[in-house]
Amino acid sequence: MSSGLYQIRDQELDTTLDLTHLRPYGDTMNDAKVQLSFTLPVKNNDKGAAAAVQLAQKMGIADPNVALRQTLDETFTFYVVYGATTHSVNYNEIEVLTVEDKAMGMEETDQYIRDHIGRKITVVGASTGTDAHTVGIDAIMNRKGFAGHYGLERYEMINAFNLGSQVPNEEFLRIAVEHNADVLLVSQTVTQKDIHIKNMTELVELAEAEDLREKMIVCCGGARVTHALAKELGFDAGFGAGTYADDVATFCVKELARRMGTA
Amino acid sequence: MESKLHLDFSLVEQARAHASKVADDTQRFIDRHTTVSVERTVCRLMGIDGVNQVEVPMPNVVVGHLTDKGALPQGVAFWLGNAMLETGKTPQEIAEAVSAGELDLTALPAHTDREIEEAAAPVVRAAMDRITARRQCREDFIREHGDKQGPWLYLIVATGNIYEDITQATAAARQGADVIAVIRTTGQSLLDYVPYGATTEGFGGTYATQENFRLMRAAMDKVGEELGRYIRVCNYCSGLCMPEIAAMGAFEGLDVMLNDALYGILFRDINMQRTLIDQNFSRAINAFAGVVINTGEDNYLTTADAVEEAHTVLASQLLNEQFALRAGLPKSQMGLGHAFEIDPSVENGFLYELAQAEMAREVFPEAPLKYMPPTKFMTGNIFRGQVQDALFNIVTILTNQKIHLLGMMTEAIHTPFLSDRFLSIQNAQYIFTTMKDLGSEITFKQGGIMEQRASDVLRKATELLAQIERLGIFETLERGIFADISRPRDGGKGLEGVYQKAPGYRNPFLEPMKRGGLDV
Repeated sequence: MSSGLYQIRDQELDTTLDLTHLRPYGDTMNDAKVQLSFTLPVKNNDKGAAAAVQLAQKMGIADPNVALRQTLDETFTFYVVYGATTHSVNYNEIEVLTVEDKAMGMEETDQYIRDHIGRKITVVGASTGTDAHTVGIDAIMNRKGFAGHYGLERYEMINAFNLGSQVPNEEFLRIAVEHNADVLLVSQTVTQKDIHIKNMTELVELAEAEDLREKMIVCCGGARVTHALAKELGFDAGFGAGTYADDVATFCVKELARRMGTA
Repeated sequence: MESKLHLDFSLVEQARAHASKVADDTQRFIDRHTTVSVERTVCRLMGIDGVNQVEVPMPNVVVGHLTDKGALPQGVAFWLGNAMLETGKTPQEIAEAVSAGELDLTALPAHTDREIEEAAAPVVRAAMDRITARRQCREDFIREHGDKQGPWLYLIVATGNIYEDITQATAAARQGADVIAVIRTTGQSLLDYVPYGATTEGFGGTYATQENFRLMRAAMDKVGEELGRYIRVCNYCSGLCMPEIAAMGAFEGLDVMLNDALYGILFRDINMQRTLIDQNFSRAINAFAGVVINTGEDNYLTTADAVEEAHTVLASQLLNEQFALRAGLPKSQMGLGHAFEIDPSVENGFLYELAQAEMAREVFPEAPLKYMPPTKFMTGNIFRGQVQDALFNIVTILTNQKIHLLGMMTEAIHTPFLSDRFLSIQNAQYIFTTMKDLGSEITFKQGGIMEQRASDVLRKATELLAQIERLGIFETLERGIFADISRPRDGGKGLEGVYQKAPGYRNPFLEPMKRGGLDV
């Protein structure tokens, strides 16, 4: 039997990694394989499946395979589609904003504060606006922390004030001034209709209006927050999914030291 | 029932006795007080509804008027009954006259208590009858079509637009949902009024309004008829308007209400005096309307550690049970809450979850327990999330949890897609079918990890309740014993709406609702 019978791969496929034409990796370099799923508000029939194929093609998937079409309701059908994208990106040209400081542990951060700042620093955090979720700010600030990363309340050299949820921006700034805060932490969990963007923008505008913006380090965090978004909105840093108190504390103390010229 | 965990039931009774004393002690405080929301609820029950020209709900207009006159401690029922006698108007007409500035309720000549009671009696009876009739509708439907055996699949809709919610809820019901919860818009719990009418704007949820309740109930009646299955509707009897929302839900036939005695204090920073008074009346209404309440212990575990703080969940369940009993709520309407929130990296974490769920089942054998899915450790890895939800589903079917809030693999990413709900229901139905009787086939090893776990949690809960009995509920909350959150007795929102009752105070609904009717 000829070996060709078992050769299901595209013979033409160049399997050399080329970062100027980066493509998804399914099980072979440059095969460009992706999976996607979506629901169409139409009946589950052949016409609906054809619509799903066309839609995938318009998304740049050359050879869509509808692996599942599932009725959800009379006029809603769910599709799982596999295929290879025709697009690629030039990885070498991409520049992103990230928090550069390598995270230190709690004790290391405390020592850094002693050595470079020479006094306790004050951090005031809250879930601001109408957001009722404390899960984000608690993960960063509560003594216990999250996933084995102790929260800021546990740091010897940090005075941490967690104001909880639904704190209006005006009140947040007022309390920050009262505590003479070095750092403000804003957590945003609810992101429906981009409410978090409006709320975070308002905070920065208020801080600028009250001439406070430059006096404090202002950071934001949340599942949908990125450092790039934070910078765009006028924050000093943003912390998204997979970041912990260590990351936040490290950035804040190093930034403070940089501003004091003692880094 | 033989305990699979060989629980020490004498210790359970001891824990319950501590909780009972805490509730008695607190009830003495509750009985001496009323709040603006309790009084607005009496307005609603007496038939006052609608809003004035500047969108202020009429119950707020009447209560605001009496507050300004320093007359609220007598209770609105006194003033309304008196005004009915004096003016011959209905409570709604009286409210409109107050709103127009044409009537000062406190300037009318005062009649005797007995005369006032007689004047108000027909509207009191009308409200009680209306709620009874609505409850009867539910019971008739269930008698005709039968009720769901096994866990109720509880699904959330949260579009912000009641009409979009209905589209999603209808689809979810067709896919197998038994309970539809309409998540409330962010921030509603801190409004000291209930918005009016159908609403199409909200953040992370939809306003709880009486019209939205009516629309959703009607839609679920329709799809329920089509499916031959009763679809329960759930909302949130929490925040600054607990009893008002209970009254609205009772009128519109809601079936399930989130209604915790302590949740608002801990998680919304509502003043503890306010919440404790409000919860009592809200639960009396829920009791009378046949509404199953859901308590919020699951929330403790999203802030505090689920392994270390499991005993606070049991302690709170026992307190919620005792507070609910004092509002006349039968055990069959107590959806006491807990959650599957142990860190997935904890060795034998599943055994702990299973032990705790079985313990809850055995400590509260009659309660339709409300079991919440993993949220805290859902990461955006939807594929692992689907497995976490599967483990959660297994615990429910093994330990006979009743109100099963379906986990979503896209938890922590976005409000669920239509397809997320489908995949979640499919996951649960697969497990509930394939493992239906596994729970009755297995016993747990004597002296094993699970037995030990349940025993530890029970012992710590009993110790905690003994401590709470010594401290009283107010100091317990001040010390931050629940969910690591400390609240001052005179802090938080809504304290200005708390009043000591004056001599002769009346609330014509509270006691009859606790008893189960006017003629009971």
